[in-house]
Amino acid sequence: MEIIARLANLPGALPGACAQGLIWGIMAIGVYLTYRILDVADLTVDGSFGTGGAVCVMCLLSGMNVWAALLVAVLAGLATGLVTGLLHTFMGIPAILAGILTQLALYSINLKIMGKANQSINVDKYGLLISLRWVKEFALHNPIIMVILATAVVIGVLYWFFGTELGCGIRATGSNPAMSRAQGINTNFNIVLGLAVSNALVALSGALLSQYQGFADVGMGRGAIVIGLAAVIIGEAVFSRIFHNFALKLASVSIGAIIYYIVIQLVLTLGFDANLLKLLSASVVAVFLAVPYWKGKYFSKPVKKAKEDAKNA
Amino acid sequence: MLEIQNVSKTFNAGTVNQKTALNGLNLKLNEGDFVTVIGGNGAGKSTMLNAVAGVWPVDEGKILIDGVDVTRLSEHQRAAYIGRVFQDPMTGTAATMQIEENLALAARRGKRRTLRIGITKAEREQYRELLKTLDLGLEDRLTARVGLLSGGQRQALTLLMATMNKPKLLLLDEHTAALDPKTALKVLTLSARIVEENHLTTMMITHNMKDAIKYGNRLIMMHEGHIIYDVAGEEKQKLHVSDLLAKFQIASGGEFANDRMILS
Repeated sequence: MEIIARLANLPGALPGACAQGLIWGIMAIGVYLTYRILDVADLTVDGSFGTGGAVCVMCLLSGMNVWAALLVAVLAGLATGLVTGLLHTFMGIPAILAGILTQLALYSINLKIMGKANQSINVDKYGLLISLRWVKEFALHNPIIMVILATAVVIGVLYWFFGTELGCGIRATGSNPAMSRAQGINTNFNIVLGLAVSNALVALSGALLSQYQGFADVGMGRGAIVIGLAAVIIGEAVFSRIFHNFALKLASVSIGAIIYYIVIQLVLTLGFDANLLKLLSASVVAVFLAVPYWKGKYFSKPVKKAKEDAKNA
Repeated sequence: MLEIQNVSKTFNAGTVNQKTALNGLNLKLNEGDFVTVIGGNGAGKSTMLNAVAGVWPVDEGKILIDGVDVTRLSEHQRAAYIGRVFQDPMTGTAATMQIEENLALAARRGKRRTLRIGITKAEREQYRELLKTLDLGLEDRLTARVGLLSGGQRQALTLLMATMNKPKLLLLDEHTAALDPKTALKVLTLSARIVEENHLTTMMITHNMKDAIKYGNRLIMMHEGHIIYDVAGEEKQKLHVSDLLAKFQIASGGEFANDRMILS
């Protein structure tokens, strides 16, 4: 009975979960670019997400226009990716470690940007693009609609970019670096470029979240990489069989993030201890990452093999 | 067309695994030369090709392609002059990308990659015609992922990618070694045809002595990081496998040729 009473609260919490999922979905698309396309696990995101939020809030507080603030936040994210990229390619540090170093450094930088651990911004005094206050309104400024539009623009731009000569070079770099170099592709340049684009998106997502929740916090990006991976994996698990187009794959990552936040909301509604949330997230991602490995190791399909043998005979 | 001047390369210098792979190597290829390269394991054949391709910097010496000193150029910069096919069919193509995308990447080798569209409609038609010459039915599978192709198909595609821009130099590093005999013959015949048609200056490493004699106009044998036998023209055509084995035994001081060379 108690559970049913709790579940009755869920519909009211769904719009908020959707909005959060959509915002984090843009970050997850950034993670998809590095993790799936560039084949690099980039841990910079835990830092650059906060950088995006911090820069956006401070720009707004200084009286900047909201669009300009977003642009500055995106450029800051671009710079964080650039740093990780140069640590990796120019200084020869393994990609994972390069990301960790940047992420650690960004903690200090984010503190310096804000001057303290968190900065709030009042939606009544500043012209914010989105706010959780409007999440249940039927209007164009409802954050769900705004962020869907933003996501559509992001996916559109990425779809175009990865179809260009330059974008194809990045995809080739992630797919086969040796072949790429043999075909005259500067793989180091492409890795730096890919990391910069990815972290620009992550910072955009952080900037949107800080507006949505009305504050930026130095710890807001903690665990972002895990949420990003969760969104990528959930999106692939649900849609990989039907979505083959690149734009749809990016959309499935965004939907993956929404599903993630709805599930989290459901678990919380059912009375799960909120302090254990990150443990739950990490466990879920660990299991999902293990599934393809286990599939290959313990559930190989002898049926298919027999068919191939027959064909070869 | 290609000049290798006194090139040396030592791997793991100063450790117990120190290995001098190239030792004062000198070689000059004329335009249109089709050179087959033979030698035992560790003779420096692949190392020579990698040195030319710029996979890592050499310790000393100079490498010139068509008169241009490329010694200090990086691998991707040298790619403007060089087409390569590797031993492992997986190495030469991007498995997660489509056949036409792989061809489009190769078509832009040596050119600046801009924000123009990565593959145009006109190119697609051109690639379809190009793939028809392979006679593998790939012209109907332009948008198939390369990872779905067989090893032989991938090598044929890589060959096409390596040669479509008519490179100044074509490097074939035992590119049929991983294929079954029937497919290997097909790919080898195709290679010879493409080299012939385009008059490409080519170096081909092979473990098969018969192939080394049959193909190309010149043959070189390597041992311990330098060239010990260099033969061209009519003299090369008259060679027999037994001649090569004898040469090899003399050069290596009686040490017997490795099993793979004898068996093949």
